[in-house]
Amino acid sequence: MRYVQFMKHPLFSRFARISVIAGLALGGVGLLLFTLGISPVDIGVTLARGSILSLQKFGHVLTIWIPLLLCSCGLLFTFRAGLWNIGIEGQVVFGAIAATLLLREENLGLPAAATLILAHILSFIGGGLWAAFAGFLKNRGGVNEIFGGLGLNFVAQGLILWLILGPWKRAGVASMSGTEMFARELWLSTPPGWRLAPAALVIACIAFAATAVLLGATRFGLQIRATGINPTAARLFGIHPGRTGLLAMAIGGGLAGLAGGLQVSCVYHRLLPSISSGYGYLALLVVMLAHYRLRPVPAICLFFACLAAGSIQLPIVLKLDSSLAGVIQGACVVSALLVHGLQKRQRGEL
Amino acid sequence: MDPATFLAALVAMAAPLVLAALGETLTEKAGVVNLSLDGTILLGAMTGFVVASVTQSLLLGFLAAGLTGCLVAALVAVIGVWLGQSQVAVGFALTFLCRDLAYFLGNPYARQQGPQLATLPVPLLADLPFFGTVFFTHSFIVYLSFLATPCCIYFLYHTRHGLTLRAAGENPEGCWARGIDPNTVRFLATLAGGAMAGLAGAAFSLAVKPGWGHPQGCEGIGWIALALVIFGSWHPLRVAAGAYFFGLLQLLGIAFQDSFPGIPGQIFQVAPFPLMIFTLILIHLSRNTKNRYFAGFVRLFGSPPPRGLGRPYRRP
Repeated sequence: MRYVQFMKHPLFSRFARISVIAGLALGGVGLLLFTLGISPVDIGVTLARGSILSLQKFGHVLTIWIPLLLCSCGLLFTFRAGLWNIGIEGQVVFGAIAATLLLREENLGLPAAATLILAHILSFIGGGLWAAFAGFLKNRGGVNEIFGGLGLNFVAQGLILWLILGPWKRAGVASMSGTEMFARELWLSTPPGWRLAPAALVIACIAFAATAVLLGATRFGLQIRATGINPTAARLFGIHPGRTGLLAMAIGGGLAGLAGGLQVSCVYHRLLPSISSGYGYLALLVVMLAHYRLRPVPAICLFFACLAAGSIQLPIVLKLDSSLAGVIQGACVVSALLVHGLQKRQRGEL
Repeated sequence: MDPATFLAALVAMAAPLVLAALGETLTEKAGVVNLSLDGTILLGAMTGFVVASVTQSLLLGFLAAGLTGCLVAALVAVIGVWLGQSQVAVGFALTFLCRDLAYFLGNPYARQQGPQLATLPVPLLADLPFFGTVFFTHSFIVYLSFLATPCCIYFLYHTRHGLTLRAAGENPEGCWARGIDPNTVRFLATLAGGAMAGLAGAAFSLAVKPGWGHPQGCEGIGWIALALVIFGSWHPLRVAAGAYFFGLLQLLGIAFQDSFPGIPGQIFQVAPFPLMIFTLILIHLSRNTKNRYFAGFVRLFGSPPPRGLGRPYRRP
């Protein structure tokens, strides 16, 4: 009897669920590797060596963790509001474009620090506006945010290509390798020997804390939740679902845009066609794996970032394609969906 | 380039897109959004190429690709239809899982010579002036894409099973009341759509863009197919027309690259998406307008989505 009670404890059931999900995903991928004649242990060791077992490599992990966390925070806003913000990739791109708009100007007459701060504010606004546009299309044009956002992603991708190959091309040659590097003083400062700017780390942590407070402890957070759970009922409490959703989109997009701005200012120091590196889409997987909850997000981001960073070693050490990281990430999410669905069925909700 | 060759290139290039978009139309008509299309096509392309190279049999390659598409679609259907999870979520996760799986598993076969579908000119018809070149000098997968559109229309609108499929998408409760389990219908429709997407992938790697690599060259086609289903507002004829229109845009992009060096060719790749958004807005506006002529005009080109699209059905 006691044993059964122990099993019903929420902490245990959560732990059990996590281990079932991880077991399913890692077991599945491991089995696949095994049948291919690749030792899963080798893969694990290589991934760990490439991510957490050296300080320098861990710096690289953190450079992935920062944009991933920012995008995931943005997605938490939209998911809480019941919106599937698949357009996040475009919002990252737009934030990067907005930041570049300012950073590539040479005679601005502003001190470098002010330019940088302005550029990041601009990237927040840029991403927010792009997301708000998707929200506007939903509210006024009846375009579902999934299809609208998806469309806007590709539009943003077209725009960035046009900018890089057209108006913002490098002197003389237009190439896919991006725009001219920014002036050195406009790089977000990175201490010698580091691979990431401490300021970016601080921004990401502040963004996460702000998300937690805004969603968990304010009236606004409650309004968003109410909108997401039942828009009709929310209206009875004087909440305007359309407007609240739009605001959630704008904030979410803003955070994604900020991630794009940071990619420009502290990672690449120029605008690239692939500036988002797919972190927006990856963040969607993160939040889905977290089952749309806030607390597991930083840890899952770290796990995904480790996989992404560690997989770079795979072609070098084991002559395997680095896309194995994506396979593991995807398998985790699919098995999480499977387990949640099975639990739902067990509870008799189907 | 003379017009006949140009049109022949167009229909050959659009063939996989037509297959994938029609498959997704079937799936969405039954009320399921299979967002995993892009990954399914890539995985199908990889499977088709690898199986065909190993067995030296093109038929087995196409079969394997179709089966792969079926398997992915089955996952979408089990989790999204029977286990009541968000179809968008599972489709999205599978898109990335399949894409990366394709790159990972296909890596040893990348940039290798492989078998390639030969053209099969139709006897007699191929000698027709103009039309012979345009329609009857292709490989079998292109002929399949020609047949797919009328077959889809016939199946959906002129057979009992087609009616059942549409009922599962429009009104699953009514479907259940008539003694048909909408979830079974949805499951089967998703499988069929997935198989067609898988075939589309093999059409890429074995015919249109032969070979496998990272990137293969068919990346993003799945998203375009999804956009086309909406652009064609869930009618096979309009969807197929959209696919050919997109093929035209792509060919024009290549043709105009030299005359307008300022416009990168990738811009043409983006064109379906603003068009898709525009179509959705028009359909929405036509439903709320009092102007009968405007509403009638839009109804000619667009219709609302299946009413049960994306909504899981719960048995009473």
